[in-house]
Amino acid sequence: MRKVAIYGKGGIGKSTTTQNTVAALAEAGKKVMVVGCDPKADSTRLLLGGLSQKTVLDTLRTEGEDLDLEDVVKVGFKGTRNVESGGPEPGVGCAGRGIITSINLLEQLGAYSDKWELDYVFYDVLGDVVCGGFAMPIRDGKAEEIYIVCSGEMMAMYAANNICKGIVKFAESGVVRLGGLICNSRKVDREADLIQALADKLGTQMIHFVPRDNMVQRAEINRKTVIDYDPTVGQADEYRQLAMAIDNNKMFVIPKPLETEELEKLLIEFGLEA
Amino acid sequence: MTKKVDFNSVKPEEVKEELLSKYPVKVARKRAKQIVINKVESGDVVPEVLANTRTVPGILTMRGCAYAGCKGVVLGPTRDILQITHGPIGCAFYSWLTRRNQTKPKTDDATNFMPYTMSTDLQEDEVIFGGEKKLKKAIEEAIGLFKPKAIGIFSTCPVGLIGDDVHAVAREMEEKFPDVNIFGFSCEGYKGVSQSAGHHIANNKVFTDVVGLSDKPKEGKFRFNILGEYNIGGDAFEIERVAEKCGLTIHSTFSGNSEYEEFITAHTADLNVVMCHRSINYLAEMMEKKYGIPWFKVNFIGADSSAKSLRKIAEYFGDKELMANVEKVIAEEMIEVEKVRLDVKSRCEGKTAMLFVGGSRAHHYQDLFREIGMQTLSAGYEFAHRDDYEGRKVIPEIVIDADTRNIEELTVEKDDKRFSPRKSESEIEAYSKKGFKWSDYDGMMPEMMNNTLVIDDLNHYETEVLIEKYRPDIFCAGIKEKYVVQKQGIPLKQLHSYDYSGPYAGFKGAINFYKEIDRILNTNVFKLVKAPWQETPELSGSYAWNK
Repeated sequence: MRKVAIYGKGGIGKSTTTQNTVAALAEAGKKVMVVGCDPKADSTRLLLGGLSQKTVLDTLRTEGEDLDLEDVVKVGFKGTRNVESGGPEPGVGCAGRGIITSINLLEQLGAYSDKWELDYVFYDVLGDVVCGGFAMPIRDGKAEEIYIVCSGEMMAMYAANNICKGIVKFAESGVVRLGGLICNSRKVDREADLIQALADKLGTQMIHFVPRDNMVQRAEINRKTVIDYDPTVGQADEYRQLAMAIDNNKMFVIPKPLETEELEKLLIEFGLEA
Repeated sequence: MTKKVDFNSVKPEEVKEELLSKYPVKVARKRAKQIVINKVESGDVVPEVLANTRTVPGILTMRGCAYAGCKGVVLGPTRDILQITHGPIGCAFYSWLTRRNQTKPKTDDATNFMPYTMSTDLQEDEVIFGGEKKLKKAIEEAIGLFKPKAIGIFSTCPVGLIGDDVHAVAREMEEKFPDVNIFGFSCEGYKGVSQSAGHHIANNKVFTDVVGLSDKPKEGKFRFNILGEYNIGGDAFEIERVAEKCGLTIHSTFSGNSEYEEFITAHTADLNVVMCHRSINYLAEMMEKKYGIPWFKVNFIGADSSAKSLRKIAEYFGDKELMANVEKVIAEEMIEVEKVRLDVKSRCEGKTAMLFVGGSRAHHYQDLFREIGMQTLSAGYEFAHRDDYEGRKVIPEIVIDADTRNIEELTVEKDDKRFSPRKSESEIEAYSKKGFKWSDYDGMMPEMMNNTLVIDDLNHYETEVLIEKYRPDIFCAGIKEKYVVQKQGIPLKQLHSYDYSGPYAGFKGAINFYKEIDRILNTNVFKLVKAPWQETPELSGSYAWNK
C-alpha cells in the first residue's frame, strides 16, 4: 500500500486535484482510500456525490467508544473508500489534535488493514503545515510520499517551499519523501517553466501540469469528479496522466528548501522575462 | 551518614564553585548570578540576586506553575467563592487543600466549598471541539447545586492552547445569573516563569472584580486587612485570637479563613498589613492608590516578630488604650513562649537550618529558628523577585523582561468618590520621622548573616551538594524535596503544608514550632535507621564525566 499525502496552500485545489486523481486511479482498477484531514470535511465530496458523510470525530462524540469502521468509512466512486476526520467549527478547540485523534482511531479500527487490499491511501491535508496536528500525516510514517499542489503564484510557491521545510524535518528522522510538485495552473505567465525551475531547485520534479479548465468547475457543481461527470473530455485525460505519473513515480527525495531571497529571485527572473 | 560538618570551616566560595562546576558554560553563567554569597553593607545594601527569570530546561526546579499560584495559593483558601478549574481533572485534584488551608464558617450552615473540588474535567473531545460549552454547563450545574455568591474560573494549560475564552463565558453566564459574581482567571500554568505570575493574575482580578463591590463596613474598632496570610495549619486562627484579645478588628484576611463578603468590603478598612509580600503586594499597592489605604509589612511568624507587628499596628492606629492593651497581651503571651523557648533552646542552640521555600517563608521562618538559637546557613526562594531578597529599594532597578510584560499590569487611578486618605500627609510624615516604614519591605538578605549562601530557584542537584557540604540539622522546603533530603539522613520540615502540624504563627504558633523542631532535631530516628544501600549497595558505578 502506498501512502500519499497532498499538501499545498489553502484554496490551491488540493481536494479537487486529489479526488480527480483518485478517481483516475480507481478507474484504472486501483483500490484507494481517501482520508480528509480538514475540519470542513469537504475532501471526499466529489467521490461521494455529496457532503453527507459523518466525520470520524463527530461519530466518536455521538457513539463514544463503541465505534465501527463502517460508521466512518463510506464507499464512493468505483469502490473508493472515503473518510473525513472532521473537527471543530472555526475559531474553537484544536483541529490539529483532532487529526491526531482521528488518524490514531482509524488505525485502531483497522482502516488500513490488509483485508481491504488497498493500493493507495491519500491524505488530503488542510492548508500549510500549521502545527503538529496538521503534520500528523507525515509523522511516524503515516504518509510516505508527499505531493505538493501549487501554481505559479507567489504565495503558492512560498507555501510549497514552507511545506518542504516541514518534510525535511520529518524526512531526516523517518521515511517520508517528496514525490513531486503538481502544478494546478492559474494561467500565470510561463507557469510551467517557473514550477519546473522551482522543482529543480528543490531537487524534485514537476510531476504534472494540470491546465485550467472550466470543466472542473462544472463537474464540482454536479458533485462529481471530471472523470465521473464526463470521462471523454480532455481534462479527464489530464488527471489520468497525473494518476499514471504518480503510479509510475520512482523519484522520492528529501527536498532542499530555498532561502527566501533565492525564491524571490526565481520569481523575479521568470516574472520579468515574461 | 550522620557525620557533622563544622559549618564555619565550609567556604561558601568553594561551595558555589562546586555547584557551578557541573553546569554547561551558559547555564553556569546564569546560575552564578542566582547563587550569591551574602554580604550586608551599611544601609542594608546587599549583593544583587538574579531572580524571577526562567528556569533552564532540564533543571529539576522546586517551582510550581501560574495556575498553582492563582488557584492553589491566592484564591484557594477562600471558602465561599465557588472555584471551578477549567481543565483536565488532575489540575483540580492536586490543587485541592494540598497546602492544608483551614477555614471555619461562622455558623454551622454557612457556605463552605472547601470540602469540594470542582472541575470541568476536560477530555480530548473538548480539546478538539472547544471546552466553552462544557464550562457553561459546569457553571449552570454549580449554581443549581450550590447557589454561590461568586464563582471563579481558573484556566489550565490546555485552555490557553485551544483558545477557550473564559472571560467571555463569565460575562455571558453573569448575564444569565445576575445574582452571581462570575469572573475568570487567565492563569494557564505556562504563564510566567513560576507561580509568581499566577499570584499577580489573581491579585488583578480580585482587585477589579471583587474588592469594592459593597461599601457596607464591618462593625468593630481598629479595622484592618491582613494580606498574604493563607491559614496554613490554622495560622490565621491564631492571629485572629491574638488580634481579638488586643481589641483589634481583622476586617478580612486575603485569603485564609476568609469570606467573599469581607473581600467586597475590604476597601472600607483603615489599614492593610502584608504578610507574604511576594504573593500579594500588588493588591496592597492598588488599594492604596485607589482607596487611600496605607500598607506596611508585618510578620506573625516568630514570637518577637509577632510582638513587633502588633506594636506597629497599634502605633498606626495611635490609640493609647489599644497600645497599652497590646503590651499587656504581649507580656501575657510571652510568659509561656519564654518558658518553652528557653527549654527548647537548651537542646537546639547552635544547630543549623536551610530554608528554600516560597517568596516570604524562607525569610519569616528564620526568625523562629533564631529564637531557639539556631543559625540559617543558606536560604532562598522559589518564586521571589529581587525586592524580596534585597528590599523594595531595588524595585526601580529591576529590569522588566518579556516574561513579566506578559502578565497584565493594571493602571490604577484614584476613586474620586471613595478615596479617603486614612492619615494626612503631615501625620504620615510625623510617623516616618519616628522611623515608621510605610509601603516597604527590607527583604530577606539584610537580616541574614554574612557568608551565608542565598540561592534563588534551588534545584535537586544543588540541594544534594549543599547537604553534602554543610550537613545542616534541618532542611525546610516542600513535599517535592522532602524525601530526596530525608534519604540523605537530614530531616525535612515542610513549610508549605506544615506536615500535618501547625499553627506556627503568633505566640501559640511559635510554641508549636519550637516543640516541633525540638522533636525533629532531638530524635534518634535518623541515626538508628540504616538504609539498605548503606550496607549492601545494589548497584555500583560511576558517572561518565568522572572517567
